Amino acid sequence: MSTVTHAPAAPRSSSLKRFLTAREIPVASALIALIAVTYIINPRFLSPQSAKDLMLNATIMVILAVAQALVIITRNVDLSVGAILGLVAFGTGTVFNIFPNIPLVVVFVVGMFFGGLLGSINGMLVTSAKVPALVITLGTLYIFRGVLSSWAGSNQYFSGDNPKEFGNLSVDTFLSVPIITIIAVVITVAVAMFMSSVRSGRDLYAIGSDPDAARLFGIPVGVRVLSAFIACGALTGLAGVLYTSRYNSVGALTGSGIELDVVAAVVVGGVAIFGGSGTVAGAATGAVLLATITGALTATRVDKFWQQAIVGVLILAAIVIDRVVSLRRTRKLRASEAKDV
Amino acid sequence: MATAAETAPALTPAGTLALSLRGASKTFGPVVALADGTIEILPGEIHALVGENGAGKSTLVKILAGVHSPDGGEFLVGGKPAHFRNVSESKAAGISVIYQEPTLFPDLTVAENIFIGRQPKGRAGLISRGEMRRRAAELFATLGVPIDPDRIADGLSIADQQIIEIAKAISLDANVLVMDEPTAALSGVEVERLFSVARALRDKGAGILFISHRFEEVFDLSDRITVMRDGRYIQVHNTAEVTAPAIVTEMVGRELGELFPKKEAEVGDIVLKVEGLTSVGTFRDIDFEIRAGEIVALSGLVGAGRTEVARAVFGIDPYDVGSVSIDGARLNPHSPQDAIAAGIGFVPEDRRKQGLVLDLSVARNVTLTLRHSLARFGLISGRREKAAAEDWSQRLQVKTGSQDLPVSTLSGGNQQKVVLAKWLATDPKLLIVDEPTRGIDIGTKSEVHRLLSDLAGRGIAILMISSELPEVLGMADRILVMHEGRISAELHRGGATAELVMQAAMGNHGELHPGRTNEEISTGLEAGE
Repeated sequence: MSTVTHAPAAPRSSSLKRFLTAREIPVASALIALIAVTYIINPRFLSPQSAKDLMLNATIMVILAVAQALVIITRNVDLSVGAILGLVAFGTGTVFNIFPNIPLVVVFVVGMFFGGLLGSINGMLVTSAKVPALVITLGTLYIFRGVLSSWAGSNQYFSGDNPKEFGNLSVDTFLSVPIITIIAVVITVAVAMFMSSVRSGRDLYAIGSDPDAARLFGIPVGVRVLSAFIACGALTGLAGVLYTSRYNSVGALTGSGIELDVVAAVVVGGVAIFGGSGTVAGAATGAVLLATITGALTATRVDKFWQQAIVGVLILAAIVIDRVVSLRRTRKLRASEAKDV
Repeated sequence: MATAAETAPALTPAGTLALSLRGASKTFGPVVALADGTIEILPGEIHALVGENGAGKSTLVKILAGVHSPDGGEFLVGGKPAHFRNVSESKAAGISVIYQEPTLFPDLTVAENIFIGRQPKGRAGLISRGEMRRRAAELFATLGVPIDPDRIADGLSIADQQIIEIAKAISLDANVLVMDEPTAALSGVEVERLFSVARALRDKGAGILFISHRFEEVFDLSDRITVMRDGRYIQVHNTAEVTAPAIVTEMVGRELGELFPKKEAEVGDIVLKVEGLTSVGTFRDIDFEIRAGEIVALSGLVGAGRTEVARAVFGIDPYDVGSVSIDGARLNPHSPQDAIAAGIGFVPEDRRKQGLVLDLSVARNVTLTLRHSLARFGLISGRREKAAAEDWSQRLQVKTGSQDLPVSTLSGGNQQKVVLAKWLATDPKLLIVDEPTRGIDIGTKSEVHRLLSDLAGRGIAILMISSELPEVLGMADRILVMHEGRISAELHRGGATAELVMQAAMGNHGELHPGRTNEEISTGLEAGE
């Protein structure tokens, strides 16, 4: 018989240590450092107007990143979000064109419902076809984009065509924070609460951590994954409506290529691409970081070309940090197993 | 097979049972995993289930757990018919299962792993982490283990993971607790702790199904024992009224026909010599040699370290101490390329994942090991490849429509022949075969055996790992039995019996041969030859 297996004691890790090793710490520190350095070089970077622009630019990405994080945490991905955003944005313009006096709240509900419907198509395909979500949503990305192209043709809706109070959501502020940014923050907080403190939210982490174990444990994996895709679609729909409020025009190309920016933001924000860990708060921070880099480079007059390269470096850094942490854990495990003999 | 009259004393009226399963069957394609799964568990008893590898124990457990639904048979829980469509329904009926392999969520905290799906709620219906942590700490206090409820499960030792599974099962407050080899990864102290918990649960009225390969534990803990063999229920005993040798006889008790004849081959020089091979935590002090023309079987229970030894010999896994030599020349550790160059072939246990490239053609698979000799100026000619493949397929009688079909279209037995052909084409001195006939139908099985016997006849040394006792006894010139990482006995053809192998595999020889050690048993057998 071997000797006692345990290390003599398992001290409770202190809350400070746990805070410092949280996955969101690198991205949050990077964001703070970026803002600080840029501010030192160019103090106008944080003037009320450019701070407001910064927030407006980040808002839509934040909602998209929160939505995407829900799906990525379950070890899936939704690449069709750019096309969903485009469809809902163009749909919003169309609705205002046909019913100029429609109450805004109805537009939001319809947009989220439309997005949720598109998300449910992804979800049903992923849960029934047993094909990786990467491939399925790549397919629906092209299909949704194709539908939008034939629907919109060369038509565009301009912000001038929309009701004034709709456009004002992106202009008016409350305590110098734009209204649409407040919407994004409320969404982030609500989804974060759901993911950390509601049982079905915790199930999403369990599924992403080990889908087979989740099945053995009796977690309704299919239903949860489908719900995650529907929620992702609905939140992307919300982002689509806000996009129409924020930007000058919507058309067939609206949201093209944005899916990769979103996945980048989520990964940089500390959500593991293979699911199971990370938080929506981290994903939202990642989105803010990527949006801020653009602003910071402009403020410091660095060539815009560097922006994409820097985003690339951040993605690689996020993945390397992840690998190093998990390798270290494996090594610790081996050491503790060896002691058992 | 026992008659109904003999089983009667141990059977009980259905109404008083916590759970009963009668005549349950389950097939997966052509494979019959369970032919007659029968078990009954009383409230307040610890019921042991024993049987060889592949006797159908795990399938039975998965039926109880709601993972598989049985194809036939009667299943009652608390006297009512049960038709579980999934795990949640089984759980809701009060059945809790601890699997052999811990199934934790590596990214979640220990506390959350215990309470996932039923986390305690606090204010506003949100999960109360404080309460969850407190309850987890309480459970660990009961179990007497110092595990931090707040750490994530990733990186925990297997033993700690198993403890968390146990804590999880206890916290469910189940009527029936199923433990599928829960002690395999635990040390003595932890096993004792687990047993006292199991006894406490029994005294509170829970029925416990306990599966173990360790007889010591079975007899120490259980009230009754059910024996299974070849997917069938054999017999149930009151533990107090039965002995270990009697159980072993029931576990292995089948006629050894002339199914697995190994022809006598001329035994030549030593080909493989393994000395003092040790890999910390996996196996220790492994010494053996194989001569040309000899088939040596490595027997033992799953997890005893058989496959690990084979992988270390072939250089797939590194080892810590010891040496492996072919024809007297020492091999570099951890280098399959060197092993192949020295003349070792390796037919892995999982041929679909490790032995074949399923989507490639038969010809490509056969010639995978010949890529260098077939190539001219770095290019492989399709014609030469096909010619070589056809030659080998004919010699081994691989049944395929065409050499161009993907190997995934072949039957299991023919796939195994392709793997063998692949290695034979390299003209090996030593062939390591891991579970050579697993999942292969009985007809092709004997063809594979004939093939291995032919190869030995041609002077190839063969190391065979097998969990099937008849195969081991029929094919091997010598049998090395492993128990918990060590060779516990060496038995020679003629002197080996199923009972002796099984006893050595369970690390329990005192019952059969009081006062004799392994060495005495094996030398005694040698002397008797």
